[in-house]
Amino acid sequence: MTDPRYIRNFSIVAHIDHGKSTLADRLIQLTGTVAERDMRDQILDAMDLERERGITIKANSVRIDYPAKDGHTYVLNLIDTPGHVDFSYEVSRSMQAVEGSLLVVDATQGVEAQTLANVYQAIDADHEIVPVLNKIDLPAAEPERVKEQIEDVIGIDASDAIEISAKTGLGIPDVLEAIVHRLPAPEGDRDAPLKAMLVDSWYDPYLGVVVLIRVMEGVIRKGDQIKMLKTGAAYKLDRLAVLKPSMTNIAELGPGEIGVFTASIKQVRDTRVGDTITHVKKPCAKALPGFKPSVPVVFCGLFPVDAADFEDLRTAIEKLALNDASFTYEMETSAALGFGFRCGFLGLLHLEVVRDRLEREYDIDLITTAPSVVYHVHMKDGTMDELHNPADMPDLTDVSHVEEPRIKATILVPDEFLGDVLKLCQDRRGIQEDLTYVGGRAMVVYDLPLNEVVFDFYDRLKSVTKGYASFDYHLTGYRQDNLVKMQILVNEEPVDALAMMVHRDRAEMRGRAMVEKLKDLIPRHMFKIPIQAAIGGKVIARETLAALRKDVTAKCYGGDATRKKKLLEKQKAGKKKMRQFGKVDIPQEAFINALKMDS
Amino acid sequence: MPTLSANLSTPVSPEPWQEGGFGLYIHWPFCQSKCPYCDFNSHVAERIDQTRWRDAYISEIRRAGAETSGRVLGTVFFGGGTPSLMQPDVVASVLEAIFDTWTPANDIEITLEANPGSVEAARFRGFREAGVNRVSLGVQALNDPDLRALGRLHSVAEARAALDIARATFERVSFDLIYARQNQTLSGWQAELTEALSMAADHLSLYQLTIEPGTAFGARHDRGLLRGLPDDDVAADMYFATQDICDAAGLSAYETSNHARPGAESRHNLIYWRGGDYIGIGPGAHGRMTFSGTRYATDTPLAPGAWLDRVARTGSGEANRDVVPPNEQALEYAMMGLRLSEGIDRDRYRRIAGQDISDTALARLAELDLIETSDATLRVTRKGRPLLNAILRELLA
Ligand SMILES: Nc1nc2c(ncn2[C@@H]2O[C@H](COP(=O)(O)OP(=O)(O)O)[C@@H](O)[C@H]2O)c(=O)[nH]1
Ligand SMILES: C[S@@+](CC[C@H](N)C(=O)[O-])C[C@H]1O[C@@H](n2cnc3c(N)ncnc32)[C@H](O)[C@@H]1O
Ligand code: SF4
Ligand SMILES: [Mg+2]
Repeated sequence: MTDPRYIRNFSIVAHIDHGKSTLADRLIQLTGTVAERDMRDQILDAMDLERERGITIKANSVRIDYPAKDGHTYVLNLIDTPGHVDFSYEVSRSMQAVEGSLLVVDATQGVEAQTLANVYQAIDADHEIVPVLNKIDLPAAEPERVKEQIEDVIGIDASDAIEISAKTGLGIPDVLEAIVHRLPAPEGDRDAPLKAMLVDSWYDPYLGVVVLIRVMEGVIRKGDQIKMLKTGAAYKLDRLAVLKPSMTNIAELGPGEIGVFTASIKQVRDTRVGDTITHVKKPCAKALPGFKPSVPVVFCGLFPVDAADFEDLRTAIEKLALNDASFTYEMETSAALGFGFRCGFLGLLHLEVVRDRLEREYDIDLITTAPSVVYHVHMKDGTMDELHNPADMPDLTDVSHVEEPRIKATILVPDEFLGDVLKLCQDRRGIQEDLTYVGGRAMVVYDLPLNEVVFDFYDRLKSVTKGYASFDYHLTGYRQDNLVKMQILVNEEPVDALAMMVHRDRAEMRGRAMVEKLKDLIPRHMFKIPIQAAIGGKVIARETLAALRKDVTAKCYGGDATRKKKLLEKQKAGKKKMRQFGKVDIPQEAFINALKMDS
Repeated sequence: MPTLSANLSTPVSPEPWQEGGFGLYIHWPFCQSKCPYCDFNSHVAERIDQTRWRDAYISEIRRAGAETSGRVLGTVFFGGGTPSLMQPDVVASVLEAIFDTWTPANDIEITLEANPGSVEAARFRGFREAGVNRVSLGVQALNDPDLRALGRLHSVAEARAALDIARATFERVSFDLIYARQNQTLSGWQAELTEALSMAADHLSLYQLTIEPGTAFGARHDRGLLRGLPDDDVAADMYFATQDICDAAGLSAYETSNHARPGAESRHNLIYWRGGDYIGIGPGAHGRMTFSGTRYATDTPLAPGAWLDRVARTGSGEANRDVVPPNEQALEYAMMGLRLSEGIDRDRYRRIAGQDISDTALARLAELDLIETSDATLRVTRKGRPLLNAILRELLA
């Protein structure tokens, strides 16, 4: 057990690509935490997906032993947090587990939207913050300007900011010294009853569920009988360890320490981020504050491309859910797409990550229906339903009004693109709340409906700003608006998988875009096919897919029979892959592409 | 006598191939130049040892004859390539061997594909004397710029002259045109077709230009450089105009792209469409042969040299002989037979497939006026003809 005076716990906050992972690598490397031969890039991003996308999804932690210049060896615990808004609750928990943050800002880019979102969380958690200017090796680095920016926008003193290059290693020793001397040591009574915070948990195929904890008070030991205050579940600790970053067994952890345990917990679902862990005997009196379960905000349907894969999909989803408590699912049937699941996610990134993993790790081709937010449908009888699937929207005559979730979005953008960004936000029913300038760049704050963001807002933003904008948001609450269900009818039949909730004022535009797109995506048939968008019984947009007029082989003689037969068999197989809808065959890509709005 | 009584009580159906006939296809793989649209197995060769080719054909005829002796041969077809480049004496020797091997039908049809150049026309007499009684001329277009765009070596004037000689020489003459060409308009095609009908005897093949992968046009098309092709709507209009004009002239379509006065149909090609038996001799030639109730598909090496070698080395040009299982036979029968205006025999389909075509598919297509059914036959309507591939996908899915 380490004397808390020689412990420093910290996290690194940064906008994506500003160098958080690289800095972590350097700290691990310079202190010899990992043998040189085991070192690899982005060592804390454990999942393939994390490495590939350059994002952190699960919190991770590493314990570093650092012999400081003052002659003492310090234990430095770095908790690496997901930087994305989808996981902001997890981030806020991780922040509660440490006392300070390194604020990493790319000296060539300056402050970005996620820098702000993340640093505010650090400030909320009462962190001591050490500004670090990274990428100082690049000629475009402007450390003085960026320091000014940090002071102006964030309002913290940047005069002592450390200038480093995580790439070359320049300045890393100064970072280590600053961690020791500028960040506070943790406090906590080792004789008090055990009180530890559950920071995160994940599933390990060999060990079962691994729980990451921060001890606040008391001492936890291998073999202890512990319980979790929220879930009430009790376990015997099988194993107690610290992450260096590979698991290294340890006998006990005291106040201020961070480590992991296993305790034959079957599912990640059985653990709650933010829960309080204490001893069964002699429990602590009060739980840690602020526990809240994470709730999905975006829903979509996931269907196997090949109906025969349904059972595989079920197995895959169940397995995945074991390791991701924030992901919800229930079976859904669609007339168009057959059997599948309606799944809930923390946000779009979370959705993409889960879908990617299902496709990749379980090798199942999926059709994803349009993401939908959760609407509050207030009925005339005074009750309220949560609507997860537009197809389930009740009859309008029974509905009093509908509320939708709103967000507060912060966008930083070079001046030259500001006009386009404002137009985009305005088009998406945004209400401007603020517009200021931050070191030559505009910072706009908008109140936006989440529904408009889950479509393709981020892609549009990237394209109108050529990638120069940064964007972050958080949910603010629900507000009533004129929201209706738009149906798509193909050959007079509604296609449930294409139904969506839209604002009445945007319905014509959306409907038009959708039917035009479908017209290109559905192949011509031997009869003409009306494609319509409708609200209630009223058609608001219509296209007609003309009938196929010519599909015949001009020459077909004795020598052509074999080839022609093979072609026909291939086409037959292709036809089987389409979804039959009434008399119309709709290819899978149509479902996927119709929902991408790229106008 | 139990056997006799059994025969008397059960009507005996002929084997399916017998309803389609029996013919022989001979492939000549050489041309004077390669047309940019053509994906036939045709090559330009500097020197051709015609004697060697003659001997190889004759050797193959003897080999094929050994397993089909006793069958009456209804048709012979010299296809290509450009068989009109064969020396007439080679054609004569080949036909001699054929007559030596099979009993010819009294009205045996012997067709040779010819290019309408002056060189070829000079040989028509010789082909006639060798026994050829029908020619099919590749006229392709009736204006010189379009002929050049199609990479053809002949002019309209030469084609007309060749046609005149052919008509004076052979009992039966047909010619081919390609339409839906680059920059061709509907009215342009109507005028051209009307002119063609005034020149025609009793048979015409009218093909919509198909852009085939692996051809010069195919490559140009992929790069977006083949401009001015009519879109599918215009092409469909051209197809219907073709039907109207030919109907009025008494040369209705008996097959997707083939028109004839009643009785003047290409009997050889009918064997393909009616699911008969045919032997394929020459490089890349395919065959379908039925022996004791089992149907086989045969093929040969594509490359001229490889085929010659194989025949010389092994005594057989056949590279593969695969059983065609009943489900594939049924598919072929429907796919080929529905090209004909007479349609297919439902009972025969049932006998081959062991089951009927799905009633729901039939009903759906009939409702759209794309097919016509009776108890005995299934045929594609006029409206359905240009949609045959889509109809087949629906019927056979
Ligand atoms: N030139 C230079 N590049 C750096 C430096 N630090 C990080 N990078 C590069 O910046 C990119 C993003 O770094 P990464 O650590 O993945 O950022 P993260 O998204 O914050 O984790 C990578 O290509 C790094 O190699 C630096 O100090 N100098
Ligand atoms: C083997 S070729 C005829 C033989 C002869 N060599 C000739 O070209 O005149 C048979 C016919 O198919 C037609 N044809 C060939 N390629 C075609 C294509 N790509 N599209 C449409 N018709 C084609 C031509 O009308 C041609 O006359
Ligand atoms: S179209 Fe006829 S002449 Fe032209 S290359 Fe093909 S086979 Fe030879
Ligand atoms: Mg990273």
